[in-house]
This record gives sequence, C-alpha cells and structure tokens, in this order.
Amino acid sequence: MRSGALPKTRWTARASALAFRDDGTYKEQMSQPTVMERLGILADAAKYDASCASSGTAKRNSAGGKGLGSTEGMGICHAYAPDGRCISLLKILLTNHCIFDCHYCVNRKSSNVRRARFTPQEVADLTVAFYRRNYIEGLFLSSGIVRSSNHTMEQLIEAARILREEHEFRGYIHLKTIPEADPELVARAGLYADRVSINVELPTQAGLARLAPDKSTPVIEGAMAKIGSAIVEAKDARKRFRHAPRFAPAGQSTQMIVGADQASDADIVGRSATLYNRFRLRRVYYSAFSPIPDASAVLPLQRPPLMREHRLYQSDWLMRFYGFAPHEVQQAADPGGMLPLDIDPKLAWALRFREAFPVDVNRAPREALLRVPGLGVRAVGALLSARRQRRLRLEDVGRLTTSLAKVRPFIVTADWRPTLLVDRADLRSQLAPPKAQQLELFGA
Amino acid sequence: MRVCLPAPDDSEAWRSAARALVLAGIEPDAVAWEEPGQGTGDLFAQEAMPLPPPRPGAAPVRASKPFLDLVRMALLNRAPERFDLAYRLLWRLQSQPRAAQDAADPLVRRLDQLSRPVRRDIHKMRAFLRFRGVAEADGSERFVAWFEPDHHILRANAGFFVRRFAAMRWSILTPAGSLHWNGQVLEEGPPATRLDAPGGDPLEELWRTYYANIFNPARLKVGAMLKEMPRKYWKNMPEAALIPDLIAGAQAREAAMVDLGRQDFGPPPATLPDLAQGLASCRHCAIGCNGTRAVAGEGQPAGGFMIVGEQPGDTEESLGRPFVGPAGEVLRGHLQAVGIDPGQGWLTNAVKHFKHQPTPKRRLHQSPTAGEIDTCRWWLDRERELVAPRLILALGASAARGLIGRTASVQRERGLLATHEGTEIWLTCHPSYLLRLDGAARAAEEARFVQDLASFADRVRALP
Repeated sequence: MRSGALPKTRWTARASALAFRDDGTYKEQMSQPTVMERLGILADAAKYDASCASSGTAKRNSAGGKGLGSTEGMGICHAYAPDGRCISLLKILLTNHCIFDCHYCVNRKSSNVRRARFTPQEVADLTVAFYRRNYIEGLFLSSGIVRSSNHTMEQLIEAARILREEHEFRGYIHLKTIPEADPELVARAGLYADRVSINVELPTQAGLARLAPDKSTPVIEGAMAKIGSAIVEAKDARKRFRHAPRFAPAGQSTQMIVGADQASDADIVGRSATLYNRFRLRRVYYSAFSPIPDASAVLPLQRPPLMREHRLYQSDWLMRFYGFAPHEVQQAADPGGMLPLDIDPKLAWALRFREAFPVDVNRAPREALLRVPGLGVRAVGALLSARRQRRLRLEDVGRLTTSLAKVRPFIVTADWRPTLLVDRADLRSQLAPPKAQQLELFGA
Repeated sequence: MRVCLPAPDDSEAWRSAARALVLAGIEPDAVAWEEPGQGTGDLFAQEAMPLPPPRPGAAPVRASKPFLDLVRMALLNRAPERFDLAYRLLWRLQSQPRAAQDAADPLVRRLDQLSRPVRRDIHKMRAFLRFRGVAEADGSERFVAWFEPDHHILRANAGFFVRRFAAMRWSILTPAGSLHWNGQVLEEGPPATRLDAPGGDPLEELWRTYYANIFNPARLKVGAMLKEMPRKYWKNMPEAALIPDLIAGAQAREAAMVDLGRQDFGPPPATLPDLAQGLASCRHCAIGCNGTRAVAGEGQPAGGFMIVGEQPGDTEESLGRPFVGPAGEVLRGHLQAVGIDPGQGWLTNAVKHFKHQPTPKRRLHQSPTAGEIDTCRWWLDRERELVAPRLILALGASAARGLIGRTASVQRERGLLATHEGTEIWLTCHPSYLLRLDGAARAAEEARFVQDLASFADRVRALP
C-alpha cells in the first residue's frame, strides 16, 4: 500500500495544448486551416472505410520502460459512434486532395469538398497524443493520391516511420497501400505497419471500369499478390531466424463497396472467396454504398439496405469459421443471386438442404453441428466438451444457446426428436415471422 | 463454519481457504462465505477465523485447469454467492474430476455466467478509461483517469496498463481503490472520488472533433452502439456528450447529403423523341439553367455508328441541330472525304446545352466542367442504349469523359480508346481544335485527324 493519502489539491489541467510542429515544407501553411479543422476534414473523408480492426497482430509491449504502447492479440474498441461502428484507430487521410476521379469517392478530383492535408509529423504527433490518453489503439492512415502514387506512398511510410522510430510506438498501425506505387515502397510499408491493405473497391471488373476509371483490377491484384508473398516469406524467415524482420504481422485486408454496381451477393461471395484463396487475405470488408455529398450522377440513387452488408458479413463468417464452401453459401441465395434479407444465410441454407437435418448433438461430428442454425462456434465447443461427460438432453442444449426455439427443429437429443418438423412447408415462417416493412424515408 | 477473506478480489486467499476446507472434509452446505468488508460494521470483529486442520489421511485436493480457468474470473464478480458456488464445484471435483468441463451443467453454467460480465468489465475498462494530463510539481506530466468498474477488477487489470503505458507516469482512480505508476513501481492507494481526478484535458476538444467527423450519419445504428457502449460509461467519456446531438442531427444531415447528390432524372425515356423532349426540360446542371435550348442528337440509329462531340455551339443552339456550325462543317467535309455519310449515323454531343459567356457581340464558347459532363452522362447513356451503336467516335476529351467516365488525353490515346460490351469507342480531336490552328500546325493536325477518321471509316465499312 502506498503511504500517504491523495494530494489534497485537485489536479489541474495543463495550461498549454500540445504544440504541433510543422516542417515548413508547405508554402500554403499560412492559409492552412487549424489542426482541428483539418482533423475534421480528413476524418470526415476517411469515414467511408469500414475497417477499424486492431486484432491479430504480433504481441508487443513497452514494459521495459522504453517506448509507448502494446498490442496483446485482441484489439480494443475505444469508443462506438452512433453508426454502431467501432472506433479503435485514429482513421484519417493524410490528404484528401486526389488526382483520381472515382465516382463513388467523396474525395474524387471533380468533387467540391473542402481539401486539407497533414504532414507526416503532424499525424505521428496526433497519434501519440491520442494514444497516451487511451483514446485509440493506433493509427489507420490512408491518403488521396497527390503528385504521384510513389510520392503519396512515401508520405504514408514517413508517418509510420516517425511513429515507430522516433516515438518508439508499439501500438497498431494500418497503412492503406497505393497499388500503383513502386513495389519497393510497398515492401517498406510492411516493415512498419501491422496491417497493409489495398481496396479492390468493386466486386466486378466491369464495375471498376465504370466507376473507378483510373484504377485497374490487374494492377490492384498484382500489388495484393506481391504483399501476400512478402508476408509468407517473412513468416518463413522468422521460423529460421529469430530476428528476421516482421512484415505486416496482422496480414492484409481489402474492402469492396456493395450496392454501387450490379454485382449480386453470389458474385460478391465468389469474389471474396477468390481473394481469400489467392492472396491469403486476413479480412474482406464490405461497405454498403452510402450517399456521399456532391455525388456523381453515375451512382445509383438508392442505397442498398444496411442489412445486405450484414448478411454478407455473416456469409463471410460461414466461410471462415463454419466450414462452408463458397458454392454452399451461394446456394443459400435466391435465383437472382441475392441472399435473403429477413433470415441469416445459415438458416437459409438449412431450409434449402433439409436432408442434412436433424443432427444428433450426442453423436454428430463438429462440422455437422456447426451447420445447425442457432449454434455458434462457442456453443458447439461447449456441446462437444459436455457430451464427453454424459448424454445431453434438450434442456442442456437450452443452457448453451440463446434461442432453443431456433435450434430445436434441426437437432436430436436424448429426449427430443423433431417429428416432421424439418419437412414442414411453413418452417421458414415459424422461425422468421414476416415483419411489417418499414417504408423508406428517402425512397426514390 | 464462517469464512471471511481479507479482500473481495483475493483469489489466492480463497484458494487456500477452500483447500483447507476440502482437506478438513467440510461440506459446502456447512460453509458460510462472508463478503469481505461487508460485515457487521467493525472490521476487527471479522478477524479471519482459523481454518480447520486437515482430516487425517485426507486425499490431496484436486483442482483441474479448466476449473481454475472457470473460477478465476468468476471470483472477481461482485455477486456474494461466487465463493460458495466455486466451492461447491471444487467439492464436486473431488469425486468427479471432469465436472468443470460439462458446460451444460447448471452449476458450471452459473459460474460461467458470473465470469462473463467480469471479462467484459475488464475489457471495457481497457477500452473506455480516459487519461487526462496534469503537470506535477517537478514539471513532468502525469496522466490521471477516473473509472467506475462494476466488479472487483482493478488489480486484475493493472498489468495491462503497466505493459502499455510503462514509460508514462499515471494514476487510475476508482471508488474501490487507486493505482499509481511512477515508471518503475506500481503502488496501491485508497478509494478516490471523481473530484480527485482532473476535470479536463486540452486534447479532448480534438478528440471530440474526430469523434463527430468519423461518424457517418447515413448509417445510424444507435442500438448497435448502445449494445457495446451502454449509457453507464458515458459520463466519464469526453466524446459521449456529443452523442445526443449527433443522433438528432443525423437524419437532417443524411437528407442534405442525399439532396446534394440527388440527380433524379425520372424514368428513362422509351424512344429517341421522348429523350429529346426530356432534354428540353432538363435543369440538372448550371448549363441546363442558362436559358439556351437543348440540342438533341440526330441521324440514323440503324447506321451502327455514333459520333459524339463536346456540346452545341452558337449556330447549333440557334438551329437546334448538332454539327451545323463551322466545326461541324469541317467534320462533315472530312467524313465525306473518307467515305462516311454523316447522315447514315447518329450525331450527338456529350453535353446537350450550350455553355457560353455572353459578350456584346457574340456568345463565347466555354468548356463544360467534369461535373457537368458527368451529370449529362445520364442522357448520353440513355441515348447509347436507344441508338445501340456498334462504333462510337469521340471528338475531344469532353466527349471521351461522357463516354468512359474519365478525362482522356487526346494526343496520347487517340485511336481505339476502349471497348464497352462489344462497342468500340474511338477517340480523335474535336474539329474546332483544327479551326484554332494556323499554317503548318494546322496541316499536321488535320492530317492526323483525317487519318483517325479513315481508320474509323474502315471499321464502319466492316460493320455487317
């Protein structure tokens, strides 16, 4: 126990705010808006990127008394915005000036948004100041393309370098990579960053050609392939040499916009499966196309329902954790290739392939249990461990799941067998009663 | 038998007490676990009762790893029954060594339900605790946070903050006790109140700016936010004060965003005359509102080819027909020369109204902006669907933008520019460019223009 009580006086806040250095390289510095105004503009410009994950990187800390920060495997969401999204990282653009003209993007050349830029030093200082107050896990830095792809990439890397080398920052860094940049630069980014990502932007090549005419699928995929092999090589090197440098230990991810082009859910699922396979991506993020200020006339008027994005994430989970093959997820879709919005894709699959049920919770292998609607990975693990002790009854299953009503038609237990339930034509409406449809406020 | 532990989060003390009780053969029903610090008032009245001696010949106590994992967190819950439940499971473990692995068992389930909120509390403390900087007497900086945990997690969570902020000096104050880190040693202090913590930090204004701007008002999901960040945490988070206003303003902001982006052209026209009629009343951009008359395309849709210029000029606007001014004359002349009858194809423009600057003598041509071309692209797209050309010739960069969506460079990309769904798009300069040149330069450019037209004419003749 520490001797002595707390200081009697109240803590007083420091008088001076952090002074942000500027390196004076920008002539227009004089007319630049304040740090706060620029932070507003550049955070606003970054909010359409869905990813804010800070999980799954190498474990680090500053327990030696040197440096700042730690990563312990599981990421932390330090706040949630009213859009339900996690705020884990300081997610900003270095600049929202851009020489590209992608129609879905609020920062495209022909858009009338206010422009601003940070220097790499300002970004690094801001990250450290936020991190020390426990606002964030680290930095997610992206940028509009200024001057050239290489110049932009160098600026992004410089911000990460200042953080890692000058501040000895041990927190999380996610760098968005410019696919057109020199591979040498992309390789350097991976040495500082925990995660690197390149957005494929749109699920189909035709969509990309129409909405992002300056980008090209082969260039994007080429860059992703290079990063993918660099990650594998670095992992391999670390197996043999303990001090080999780490390269993007949290892997690479990508994002695609849903609902801006004609791609169906089945197209999107197929595309993500290919991306996971070919480039060993850690994550594919889906971002429901959302209206942007000063939108291009080429974009669709109506935004897709947010539920569509949610169903795509669920199908993503089915492929990554539930042992579903891409074609099986696609089978859950309707003939037009769209997943149902009112029920989740796992239930949709189960209703279509009823011959796979009921599953005996006391005998069935793990893979079969994972297919039961309403049983998650955790519940299946608990069932497997519990059934080694004794034969499970329906009430036992009830203790491990949130909704027994959803699970019951698909399982057999020591005291329960669904009679004809699986064959009932109205099973779907029993499990998911049709809801009254909310009318669109801004429906076209 | 009454047992009282020295502190509510002292798992080690619980383990030694429980071990002694098992060795003494005392059944769970015979043990009354008292909540530490919650006794009859006088702390000294609850002096730890001496633990019973072991029974002679008692078997060593068994405690499996799954059991220890299960109770480690459960023992930090503030529910008073936690000690009793854990002891009951330990007792059962002596006859059923794998009892802790039966997740569906009611007792195991209950302990699991006690441990989950503790795990969540630990995680939320790491997430939502906010440090505020203060100057210390020696001029150095200390970071102080005020947090109100639900369970007895303060000590269990100390390691995380030490590992993360080792080089900083910090204090965490809670109603149950405090932690102070000086860069070397972690010290524990007495309970604190909110007033002991600093009232603000200059960085918080920046953080609030970030929070307000990273929020996308077009996808309001208040339920999802509340599930992960319940209201009870808000009072100690500087950014949370913004939430009610952000939610209240979201719908208006989204409506404004949609309005700004709204380009509601209505249903697509079914025929080319419908399209011409629609064009006449289009007011979607500034050019459409400048009072000039729209110039629709004209020609033979069956001819299979389409020629797209930039926008109608002075003569075109007066006559209401495309390519009838000086530049149009140049174009028509050269087309005839390479063997294309312009009347056999479809002639139109990327922008349908005439953008100009009025001067006393005449109306000076002005180039349309990228945004204006993109807006008018809706009409050009409908026109392409109705005419369905197999070949398109774009005259100049503006025409190319209307067709492929980006501003192409005529000098670098002239010739076959792109193929869209089987339709070839060719690019050459706009004939008005030739009119602005003189002498040798004009001759050279005209030769290249003719050459481009000739290549295009070859493709036209190859049409079935």
